[in-house]
Amino acid sequence: MDDNGTLWLPEGASTIAGEVDALFYFIYWVSVIMFIGVIGTMGYFMVAYRRRSEADRPTPIKENKLVEASWIVIPTILVLIVFTWGFKSFIKLSVAPPNSYEITVRAQKWAWVFEYPDGVISNELHVPVSRPVKLRMSSGDVLHSFFVPEFRVKHDIVPNRYTSVWFEATRQDTFQVMCTEYCGTRHSYMLALVIVQSQDEFNRWLQESGIPEDASPAERGALLYQQQACNGCHSLDGTAMAAPSFQGLFGTERTFEDGTTATADENYLRESILQSSAKIVEGYPDIMAAQRYEDRLTSEEIDALVAFIKEQ
Amino acid sequence: MESATQPAGVAPQAAEAPPSGTPNYLTHERGLWSWLTTRDHKRIGILYACSLATFFLVGGVLALLVRLELLTPGETIMGADAYNQTFTLHAIVMVFLFLIPGIPAIFGNFVLPIHIGAVDVAFPRLNLASWYVFMTGAACAIGGILVGGVDTGWTFYTPYSSQGTNAVLFMTTAVFIAGFAGIFTGINFIVTVHKMRAPGMTWNRLPLFVWAIYATAIVQVLATPVIGITMVLLFLEKFIQIGIFDPALGGDPVLFQHFFWFYSHPAVYIMILPAMGIISELMGTFSRQKVAGYTFIALSSVAIAFLGFLVWGHHMFVSGQSPLSSIIFSMLTFLIGIPTGIKVFNWVTTMYRGSVWLQTPMLYALMFLFLFTIGGFTGIMVGVLSVDVHLHDTYFIVAHFHYVMMGGTVIALLGGLHYWWPKATGKMYNEPAGKVAAALIFVGFNLTFFTQFILGSRGMPRRYYDYADLLDRHPEFLGLHQASTVGSWILALGLFLILFYMLWSLFKGKPAPKNPWGAVTLEWTHTTTPPGPHNFDRTPLVTRGPYDFHLADDVFGPLHTGDGAGDGTAQG
Amino acid sequence: MADTTVAVPPEAHGHRPPHLQHHFVTSEQQFEAAKQGMWLFLITEILLFSGMFVAYTVYRVWHPEVFAHVSELLDWRLGLLNTIVLLTSSLTVALSIHFAQQDKQRQMLICLVLTILCAGIFMLVKYIEYTGKFEHGIFPGAGYAPHGVGGGHDYADYDVAYAPQFFSIYFVMTGIHGFHVLVGMGIFTWLITRVVRGHFSSAYYTPVELTGLFWHLVDIIWIFLFPLLYLI
Repeated sequence: MDDNGTLWLPEGASTIAGEVDALFYFIYWVSVIMFIGVIGTMGYFMVAYRRRSEADRPTPIKENKLVEASWIVIPTILVLIVFTWGFKSFIKLSVAPPNSYEITVRAQKWAWVFEYPDGVISNELHVPVSRPVKLRMSSGDVLHSFFVPEFRVKHDIVPNRYTSVWFEATRQDTFQVMCTEYCGTRHSYMLALVIVQSQDEFNRWLQESGIPEDASPAERGALLYQQQACNGCHSLDGTAMAAPSFQGLFGTERTFEDGTTATADENYLRESILQSSAKIVEGYPDIMAAQRYEDRLTSEEIDALVAFIKEQ
Repeated sequence: MESATQPAGVAPQAAEAPPSGTPNYLTHERGLWSWLTTRDHKRIGILYACSLATFFLVGGVLALLVRLELLTPGETIMGADAYNQTFTLHAIVMVFLFLIPGIPAIFGNFVLPIHIGAVDVAFPRLNLASWYVFMTGAACAIGGILVGGVDTGWTFYTPYSSQGTNAVLFMTTAVFIAGFAGIFTGINFIVTVHKMRAPGMTWNRLPLFVWAIYATAIVQVLATPVIGITMVLLFLEKFIQIGIFDPALGGDPVLFQHFFWFYSHPAVYIMILPAMGIISELMGTFSRQKVAGYTFIALSSVAIAFLGFLVWGHHMFVSGQSPLSSIIFSMLTFLIGIPTGIKVFNWVTTMYRGSVWLQTPMLYALMFLFLFTIGGFTGIMVGVLSVDVHLHDTYFIVAHFHYVMMGGTVIALLGGLHYWWPKATGKMYNEPAGKVAAALIFVGFNLTFFTQFILGSRGMPRRYYDYADLLDRHPEFLGLHQASTVGSWILALGLFLILFYMLWSLFKGKPAPKNPWGAVTLEWTHTTTPPGPHNFDRTPLVTRGPYDFHLADDVFGPLHTGDGAGDGTAQG
Repeated sequence: MADTTVAVPPEAHGHRPPHLQHHFVTSEQQFEAAKQGMWLFLITEILLFSGMFVAYTVYRVWHPEVFAHVSELLDWRLGLLNTIVLLTSSLTVALSIHFAQQDKQRQMLICLVLTILCAGIFMLVKYIEYTGKFEHGIFPGAGYAPHGVGGGHDYADYDVAYAPQFFSIYFVMTGIHGFHVLVGMGIFTWLITRVVRGHFSSAYYTPVELTGLFWHLVDIIWIFLFPLLYLI
């Protein structure tokens, strides 16, 4: 990945990035100039007026109202300029164009779920290039925040409410979505990819991502495992994350935090999705129930997931 | 010239040396009990100094641990939960147990009554009580750590905090209790300045430090109760689920943020205004020049105190509050930059045609100007709506507030510490060591935090335990984090050096002359070093301004400049 | 900066009244300072309560019908009684200060006792109100489970969304207010022990004055609470 950004900013990849960056640099350079002015003067005075002897008796300086006024008026004008500029860009950032392509975002501890208008669900954010995309976002649990540095967009995601953010990507590449509102242990792992594609490639991806009619339950389960963000907590390769790995789980004896045990059969797997708090495996937190999968998955989807987990 | 009114033959007040063996405030009563039951504002200032120094050490060690974890991607010294608790506790300790009581509790207590010519504050028993209340709050926070700690961030955003562990109950209680200490101190200082000024000490003869503490006290009295009620409501939200802030119960998490920041923004002015007061004193004394723009600086403190209540929403531009609110808050935020700029320009002007003496306190004052100016300009950046959308909740913000809170408040506190150390302890610290430590702090601070500006604007979010998964797309994060961590070691070295040579001076330091800096405020001209228990032999009658260096010589003889040979008065 | 000594009033050295603390020059300075300090403290109390008033206002604006409906469960007659009781107690405490200024010890004592009695009646009425709510399952927070019938209400009617918020705010506001009433009662009791021991006179009655100020604040807060919670 090539970054043609600057010391301060990654290369912009959205239509708003240019004007945000211009304002950033305007303030930056004005600040640098004023800083050099103030600190330079300070440095000069430090030397030019250094104490030469104990007998130094400076004459008091008289208050100069013109000087005082100038350093009230000039900064006021400067801040009014940057305020107005920032305000205009902010209005653009706040109001999505009317023909935006809408994608629903569900944020939860600690994964992202993106739902597309035709019902496709994925944990990757695919967007067509050069087209305004509006994200309608909600959280399943606590505050999260959607941030893509290259797009220069960010917005908090609030539970029980919709918030939104929009952008129009300008180049085809892959970027990082980061959660930027502290949400618990794995806050720094709550990442997703945003893949900017041409309209054709995007359409193709959308078609292929729908679950094929003739997929077996286990294949369907594999897709659901990604789309419902199970992979945020359950690995397939044995790594212990926030929840037990699915590798080799089916059929084994599970030990729970209250000391009881049970075999991981199909009923156990089903109960673990619908009423996860009933049996918590020793050493893991009781955090799955907050996702309310019992409200989000159909019976067929649960069957598919069970079939998938059995195969690991 | 006012000195012509002085009756001939009357010995100048300041020239009187006390008979040898006269007890000072440290020696006239001894023993731990005399300290724990003192009503002397100077001793209470020392009590606070010891407590706050301890909490600064604790908070600082936590910071070093945070930075150490970030030295390498992935786990370095601790797991994610421990890290999240560490940065949360670092901030809680630094903000509530150090910065907010900070300068008012230590230097306000010690110096303010003397600055106005008073024997003590208006309510000495309340003053002592406030220290005990503060320590109770601190103990409660320790309780919170012992029951498992919190990882919510010092901002306690709901619903994460109201759904979390019981330690949140302890922390909210701790903040509530410690808040009362601040309220009591604020009430005390306001009434003291109104009612206890010496004859002739008019409002426009007050040292700018007093104006600063006064403005701070107003903010403390008006703002702190709001964090009090916020903590009560958060406690109840967690304890019995009252449903005000938790959306799962019908509440609104953004309302919590409004409540929280309504206090916490003025809180940052509680932290910076006293610091600015110290800088005024240092710039005047070490330029031997009247502080330029006295009236503007004094009134700008009041303006900042007032405006500070109107801008809390600039912490919430992307929170889901209405764009209209964000616009209004951004507009108001810029207004605060103006009085702040007035101060900075006037301080620099103070050196013009002055006699600048680069002793350690002055080095800190100049360092303040350097670092706080950067902090201030980056504040403009994040006050701009569209740019803040990109910078919010990244390391840019972390760097910004460390530049103003540490580069501002802590640096000014260190300047004040070195400035008033001789007066409070009767000992001189080692000046060359002071300069070395200041240099280490300057280099270490900038290395630690300037790199974080770049980290943030390039996209590194804050409160991240691990950045391994980000290195693919942002390989520069590694080098920047490592540089920042190394900077923290240099910074720590400088701070530990101060601790060392200050403690050393208590035992082996040269006895301080009465007025090593040649300052002309009342604590230097009219009290012994260290001061007696009641500050003054007789109530001073004030007839000139606080920075009239050009007039002081005629009354008190040539001003001493610190070579330890004597106190430069007519009687030597 | 300062020149010489200043003439100080005879009070400052020589005979100092026992109540005059050493860092004050005159009794008047001490009294003025104490009052100013108390006013500042009262301002902090106002800000503390105003946080709760803001919470009330916000939720009321968001769910006006729910709040109007659910507040029917609060008996405005009991609220009115409490209002009258508190206003009376403010009168009695003002009178006690008046009598202090006139060195009328017995009348001062009677007025303070009456004040405590009024405060006690207030707390009794609150106890009746609270237990009445608890009986019907109305608790702050998660315990909110209205049931039963009584006083012309079918409590099940009030088991609606955002009704718990109303009662959370009701209990928190009246609870914190009630706590202040209790603290006031404690302080008045302490004052009475000092009156009986002859500590106060027209020359020094500062604690009575300050407690009176505190009590007026407690009263004023209730004056706002009553209509907002009970009447609208």
